[in-house]
Amino acid sequence: MLNFELSSEQKEIKEMAMKFARNEMIPNASKFDESAEFPMEILTKAWELGLVNTCIPAEYGGTGFSTVESITITECLSYGCMGMNTAIMANDLALLPIVIGANDEQKKRFLTPFTESYKIAAFCLTEPGNGSDAGGIKTTIKDAGDHYVVNGQKMWITNAGFADLFVVYGTFDSEQKHKGISCIVIDDKNVEGLEIGAPEKKMGHKCSDTRAVTFNNVKVPKENLLGKLGDGWKIAMKTLDHSRPMVAASAVGGAQCAYDYAAKYASERIQFGKPIASHQAIQFMVADMAMKIEASRLLVYKASWLLDNNQPNTKLASFAKAYAADACMEIATNAVQIYGGYGYSKEYPVEKLMRDAKLIQIYEGTSQIQRLVIAKEIFSR
Amino acid sequence: MNIFVCIKQVPDTETKVIPNGDATFIETSSIKWIMNPYDEFAVEQALLLKAANAGSTVTVVRVGGVKDTEALRTAMAMGADESFLVEADDNLDSYMTAKAIKGAIAKSEKTPDIIFTGKQAIDDDCLQVPQLVAQMMELPSVSVIVGFEHSGDKLTLKREIEGGAIEVYEATTPCLVACNKGLNTPRYASLPGIMKAKRKPLTQLSLADVGVSEEDRRVSYSDFSLPPEKPPGKKFEAMDEAVQKDIVKEVVGLLRNEAKVI
Ligand SMILES: Cc1cc2nc3c(=O)[nH]c(=O)nc-3n(C[C@H](O)[C@H](O)[C@H](O)COP(=O)(O)OP(=O)(O)OC[C@H]3O[C@@H](n4cnc5c(N)ncnc54)[C@H](O)[C@@H]3O)c2cc1C
Ligand SMILES: Cc1cc2nc3c(=O)[nH]c(=O)nc-3n(C[C@H](O)[C@H](O)[C@H](O)COP(=O)(O)OP(=O)(O)OC[C@H]3O[C@@H](n4cnc5c(N)ncnc54)[C@H](O)[C@@H]3O)c2cc1C
Repeated sequence: MLNFELSSEQKEIKEMAMKFARNEMIPNASKFDESAEFPMEILTKAWELGLVNTCIPAEYGGTGFSTVESITITECLSYGCMGMNTAIMANDLALLPIVIGANDEQKKRFLTPFTESYKIAAFCLTEPGNGSDAGGIKTTIKDAGDHYVVNGQKMWITNAGFADLFVVYGTFDSEQKHKGISCIVIDDKNVEGLEIGAPEKKMGHKCSDTRAVTFNNVKVPKENLLGKLGDGWKIAMKTLDHSRPMVAASAVGGAQCAYDYAAKYASERIQFGKPIASHQAIQFMVADMAMKIEASRLLVYKASWLLDNNQPNTKLASFAKAYAADACMEIATNAVQIYGGYGYSKEYPVEKLMRDAKLIQIYEGTSQIQRLVIAKEIFSR
Repeated sequence: MNIFVCIKQVPDTETKVIPNGDATFIETSSIKWIMNPYDEFAVEQALLLKAANAGSTVTVVRVGGVKDTEALRTAMAMGADESFLVEADDNLDSYMTAKAIKGAIAKSEKTPDIIFTGKQAIDDDCLQVPQLVAQMMELPSVSVIVGFEHSGDKLTLKREIEGGAIEVYEATTPCLVACNKGLNTPRYASLPGIMKAKRKPLTQLSLADVGVSEEDRRVSYSDFSLPPEKPPGKKFEAMDEAVQKDIVKEVVGLLRNEAKVI
């Protein structure tokens, strides 16, 4: 049975998220891009409506959405503003390892507060010296008897400046490579030795908060370790199976937004006595955009559907992430092209989309790393 | 309180309307439906009134096609308690619609203390249903409401009139109130609200169930066609002061004799 239709409830969810994007996000997107201020009020409103932390299961007070529903929401929020969506999505990225790797008591303790008020979480994997090669991280999580001690530095951590909870990856023994990697939760932002750096100045996603995080002998209770020492890599890989379709969905939302602007502008802008949309060069660009958005969206839905049906989705998740991110970059670039000189101006919305699109090819595994994953799936099976 | 809200599902404002095959109505097969925007103010006011009066219920009534029920579900996701849907073609006239609403309210077995509607539907702009419902149910009604206060059985209603001026009405419940933009800010349907709405009762009725038949029809529709294309606008250049006087004269002449608007 093949069915491309969302259920009526899913359609309503999409409708509502889209309304939020159009009314609350789009009118403010350029303002927050300019000021690089964290859009706390808009994010809180999104939380109140249930648009944040869609990964939390119903047992712990969440909406209990499937991946298909989560990514539908992500696409809409990213349509509203890719930067604001990064702040929202980073919560899911940080909470997913808990959903995947925590025991019942930990889930209650860590997840439920996120359903009671708007709280912010940060996912701490990348380090100054280890990005794509996440398996080589150097942060340490050492057993110190009645607690663990964390030492090291993380880089590019989204939400860090506002986070109430940090999910931290480290190794208890770097000799053991992937098998040494462990995942621990720091739910006390004032704990001694936790240092949050200054906000990074970025090309795009400016209103999202990105900082370095340093751990100087940070003591963490034993009951905050997810699984056992050495379970971290497994948890991280499973997290990526969930989060990559989500990031891919954000690329679809950004691309759709760029396309909508470009198609409208092309019908209105007159050159050589007719709308530029009647020049074939423009028509082909717009046709390619529409085609690639649909292809991206279908990949995202399939990667999510596999996950919801308990089937392996690693390859599809990477297909979706790489294809949608690359398409989003191309589409946003061509939207600027279609706007001509106006596209290059901050008075018009598309240059921001072009800057924002770039990040999607970088975080959650670069477009190259996705191809590496795909090739590994092809040749090692 | 028994609070009722009448809502209509209308084509999305971006819809490109075209006549149907035999030109008896608009083509509805590929329309995206939304809740009539003025009805959103009605739903919001009903929910505010419910919140201020413990034990109240909000019942939504809609007459129309059953294929898409977005508007009703949205109202329940926003917080309405139950809904009644009278199945009907989209081409009912105002009289039949009002009679069907009255019938559906009777079927609910609740005596309304107040009925909220939008001031008009943005598709046919008939502006008749609220007054007809009130008349048929022998209730007072006030339309184009931008201010609403309630205490006991007394209502103080602000009504917008020509030129932006405001009239203040006092009314007693039961009463019908037709809402305008500016009355409140309609809430979003939250995601938990959408999930909860699934379990709220939606009763479907036929026109016969509510005592309406073709014999009630006062208006029948035919010969739908698109308006003629507008001729392109005229442009006047008057940068040069010497010619401005003549150009203004010419424009006034055209407005008077050709466009006949002054
Ligand atoms: C704004 C922002 C927010 C972020 N948020 C978070 C966060 O919340 N949490 C977190 O943990 N991280 C976060 N990151 C980090 C992000 O995931 C990394 O930047 C990303 O994984 C790439 O790592 P890197 O920057 O070290 O680049 P590198 O790994 O140094 O890569 C540089 C280039 O080399 C290529 N490359 C590397 N290895 C290979 C290979 N084997 N084959 C082919 N090409 C290769 C890459 O594709 C890339 O083009 C964020 C980054 C940014 C910019
Ligand atoms: C930062 C900046 C500095 C500039 N400096 C100067 C300057 O010093 N002096 C100056 O005179 N100008 C300057 N320009 C203007 C620049 O040359 C124009 O922006 C450029 O020629 C494009 O014109 P446009 O912006 O009106 O786009 P449009 O002509 O509206 O083009 C919009 C899109 O339609 C496409 N298009 C248009 N016609 C056709 C067709 N027949 N077939 C297919 N595709 C078509 C274009 O390729 C483009 O993708 C500058 C622009 C910028 C942004």
